[in-house]
Amino acid sequence: MSWSLAFALLQVADPQLPPVSTSVFVIATVIKMIVVFTVLMVGVALLTLAERKISAWIQDRHGPNRVGWHGLLQPAADGVKNIMKEETYPDAAYLPLFVIAPALAFIPAMLTFAVIPFASPLPTGGGLIEMVVAPLPIGFLYILAIASLGVYGIVLAGWASNNKYSLLGGLRSSAQMVSYEIAMGLSTIAVLLLAGNVALNDIIWQQATTVWNFFGLAIAFVIFLIAAFAETNRLPFDLPEAESELIAGYHTEYSAMKFSLFFIAEYSNMVTASALLVTLFFGGWDIPFTLWDNQAPWSVVKTIVTGLAFAAKVLFFLFFYMWIRWTLPRFRYDQLMSLGWRILLPVSLVYIVVIAGTLLILDLLGVRPGALHGVILGVVNIVLAGVLFLVLDSGRIISPASRRLRADQLRRLRAMRSRSPLATPGGD
Amino acid sequence: MAIGVKVVARPIEQVSYMRATLKGMALTFKHLVNPHKVTTQYPEEKEPISRRWRGTHRMLTDETGKAKCVACGLCPQICPANCIKLVPGEDEEGNRYPLVYEIDEFRCIFCGYCQEVCPEEAIHVGRHYENAEYSRAGFVYDLERLTAQTHPVCEMWDPDDPKGE
Ligand code: SF4
Ligand code: SF4
Repeated sequence: MSWSLAFALLQVADPQLPPVSTSVFVIATVIKMIVVFTVLMVGVALLTLAERKISAWIQDRHGPNRVGWHGLLQPAADGVKNIMKEETYPDAAYLPLFVIAPALAFIPAMLTFAVIPFASPLPTGGGLIEMVVAPLPIGFLYILAIASLGVYGIVLAGWASNNKYSLLGGLRSSAQMVSYEIAMGLSTIAVLLLAGNVALNDIIWQQATTVWNFFGLAIAFVIFLIAAFAETNRLPFDLPEAESELIAGYHTEYSAMKFSLFFIAEYSNMVTASALLVTLFFGGWDIPFTLWDNQAPWSVVKTIVTGLAFAAKVLFFLFFYMWIRWTLPRFRYDQLMSLGWRILLPVSLVYIVVIAGTLLILDLLGVRPGALHGVILGVVNIVLAGVLFLVLDSGRIISPASRRLRADQLRRLRAMRSRSPLATPGGD
Repeated sequence: MAIGVKVVARPIEQVSYMRATLKGMALTFKHLVNPHKVTTQYPEEKEPISRRWRGTHRMLTDETGKAKCVACGLCPQICPANCIKLVPGEDEEGNRYPLVYEIDEFRCIFCGYCQEVCPEEAIHVGRHYENAEYSRAGFVYDLERLTAQTHPVCEMWDPDDPKGE
């Protein structure tokens, strides 16, 4: 019964799908789950190595090169080390949450990947198999929902550790995630407007038939990119960890495999965010300038080639993540908030209006989605990007450490201080 | 916001976050594709050390393989760290030799005075730096160990040849 329900959902997702028998569906899904999970885990392990290698090259070093050929076995060595290490439990920690928090951080990172299509459908004896673990018709909404679950792991870890640094890290992460999730959600509305659907397959199809969204929706792409950095707690948004001020933030008290899980969660989040960026703005598994890969007849070759195209795009973004990490210093907390609320939020709101207006006008003028449609959108975006750059560049985006106060503000502050019980004799 | 911290009004090119970011990314990318690697791969490659390097000691021996030391007592006397332990002995022919000669390398400050003061050119500081041990006791080198060392010894500073040419 439940299988037929799932199958019915599958049909809703894509009515063009030839009927797949329940047993084929079950077997295929299990295989896809195992394959995706394995690839993701191995990828994450290799990413830790890549991160260290890239940071080393950027800093004119060699990076790990002792274990295996050019340090290729370093992740294995790290894994063994983390498993063998002693688990420490702080006396004052609230154990149930302390133990469950790493898993709570880790699971959503894995869950999100389930709905991302990573290749063209594979024809088999039992019918077409979609190359996505769960072809949800509400794909994108699911991603938004699960992505906001990720913050629980971090907040609970920070709270359950009973450590001031961890708590501060947890608080920061919740504030950060809440602020940037809004900008992230709003920036994708433009994508959904263009695709007319929240199913990720439709978004890919729309990009394959016209132009990739990063051209037609450049500003949404930039906002999404920045928000994705903040959502994954990567530099310059790694305030929840902030090694130099909060020791390690929410995972100060964690050791061994629990610490490792946070690490894996961070990297899987990176992979998922990159995959999402690729899906929403870089055409997913689409190969540019050809429709050969988007149409029937499907073949194994197509699946492999599109899978590779998808992997290449994701890898590019992973590299981009690391590149940024080893370039930019961390934001100050007030800078983080002002970037999220004072710049990204209004910009994305205005952008929705502009894009919706443009689409409406194009529709009235009778311009069908296609090359011309894309070019017009691209031009609109270039103009908008120019305006945005000029506006943002003419002032300090990131406010300086302090600015001169006006005389009356200064007087008020001084008066306040003299009344404070903490007041000390002497000037400032 | 701190009171009255001076903020210099600078031109936009200098304070623009976006331009600085792009510049920074270009810089890191340049290093990424064209790293000036300067790391010495230590255990395989070693940097040359000075001829006057003062490291762990070595006791030189004469042709018969005996330590050259005559137990004159000058080196324990001059040692500023007081880390040389010497118990002198005398054989039937009246030659003095060290019954016990130990240097605690952990206390030694590698000043090289012992080498400088030795009339027999017996004790030397060596050109050597890999000294890891599993225990503190391992750092007390006895006479046997000191004579068994094979690393090159330090060439002391010579006032007549200050540049060591
Ligand atoms: S080098 Fe200096 S400190 Fe070390 S044993 Fe010789 S005299 Fe003592
Ligand atoms: S100064 Fe030289 S000869 Fe005298 S006790 Fe020391 S090592 Fe032996």
